[in-house]
Amino acid sequence: MAAPESYPDDLLYHPEHDWARIEDGEAVLGITWYAQDALGELVHFEPPEQGATVAKDGIYGEVESVKAVSDLISPLSGEVLAVNQKVVEAPETVNGETYGEGWLIRIRLADPSETESLLDAEAYKALLADQ
Amino acid sequence: MVPFAGWEMPVQYEGVIPEHRAVRTDSGVFDVSHMGELEVEGPKAHDFLQGVLSNDLDRIEPGAAQYTLLTNERGGIVDDLIAYRLEAGRYLLIVNASNREADFRWLKDRELPGSDVRDISDEFALLAVQGPRSLERLGLEEAPAFTFSEEEIDGIECMVNRTGYTGERGVELLVPAEEGPALWDQVLARGVKPAGLGARDTLRLEVCYPLHGNDIGPDTDAISAGLGWVCALDKDFTGADELRRIKADGPARRLVAFEMDESGIPRQGMAIEGGGEVTSGTHSPMLDKGIGMGYVPAEQAEPGTEVTIDVRGRARRARVVKKPIYKREED
Repeated sequence: MAAPESYPDDLLYHPEHDWARIEDGEAVLGITWYAQDALGELVHFEPPEQGATVAKDGIYGEVESVKAVSDLISPLSGEVLAVNQKVVEAPETVNGETYGEGWLIRIRLADPSETESLLDAEAYKALLADQ
Repeated sequence: MVPFAGWEMPVQYEGVIPEHRAVRTDSGVFDVSHMGELEVEGPKAHDFLQGVLSNDLDRIEPGAAQYTLLTNERGGIVDDLIAYRLEAGRYLLIVNASNREADFRWLKDRELPGSDVRDISDEFALLAVQGPRSLERLGLEEAPAFTFSEEEIDGIECMVNRTGYTGERGVELLVPAEEGPALWDQVLARGVKPAGLGARDTLRLEVCYPLHGNDIGPDTDAISAGLGWVCALDKDFTGADELRRIKADGPARRLVAFEMDESGIPRQGMAIEGGGEVTSGTHSPMLDKGIGMGYVPAEQAEPGTEVTIDVRGRARRARVVKKPIYKREED
């Protein structure tokens, strides 16, 4: 079930172990391989409401394993366009398909320039190496 | 690894959920060497223990064991433990790691002339092998629960106790500490999966075994905790008067089991609307939903009662259910 460690080059990363895939003024958000590995098999995803506003560096939901709960930190600001119902119903999807089927929410970006503050894969990997 | 009661303990090996499933479907082994062993010996050992333990040792013969409580004057629970009747005038108590020293002091302070309590915890390793296939894996015969015998497993002499904390068939193997690592390796070689503290907690909670420090403690009495069945109120022991009174009056609150009817995982310390509190909570791997135990006012304690739990600011519906929450299919 567990996927091998990876940090795709086409994503941007937030130091709180979240990723963002930028697509035409929108972003798909999820948690990184490191985060899902630290938590263990996910058993609960508490999503935001569709239409809610999320703020960069703010909490937009929670993911939970048997042993721990973790806040989800939004790497970017925007409006929630969609919640991944597959993960609501089968949270363990995140463990196996961290960057694909295991995405969490899609947002419309409030300020596309915020992406400049995020890390690329190399910088994120360097941050992990320091932990 | 996490520190626990002065020990470095593994939370998980492969993962809490696969380890949990292994114990429910096949077998798993927990290193519970951190648990305390106290020996009580002497011509007055029986009388002494009858006065400090809630259950009635006259109900068991040598070769049998009993779940029992060390109670205080208020009927509160100093510890929950298993008493093994080794022979006339000699008992072994297996106690919670975090209470080992408190229990020892408690017993020492109350010892009768002709009874001697010794803490022999450091001399022993204890492995719990649990699951429907555990006996087959170890090459052991079936035996009644709460009995024990001396047996050899792969050349290692073990005290084989038919006890456990998972709700499954299984044994707890007590061996001299220096034999522990070899026994662990032999048990794994027989195809039993290693399991950690995480699965131990989810397994015990599915079958509603209380955890001392969470669900029961010195400030929670045995009747409210639903442990009246291990209190022999027809004998005299510490706190018996108070427990008789609580039983006669009816407890104001009760420890109940509940299942979530909405998403969300209950955790220790969360409020239950109406004055209750969650004492243990987790995600049940077998039921695939949030489950827990907690104290609620007596009027909310009936199975089927709907309750609301404050899950980090969100009101989530749950329902009081009969214990145990999870029952083996063949039962």
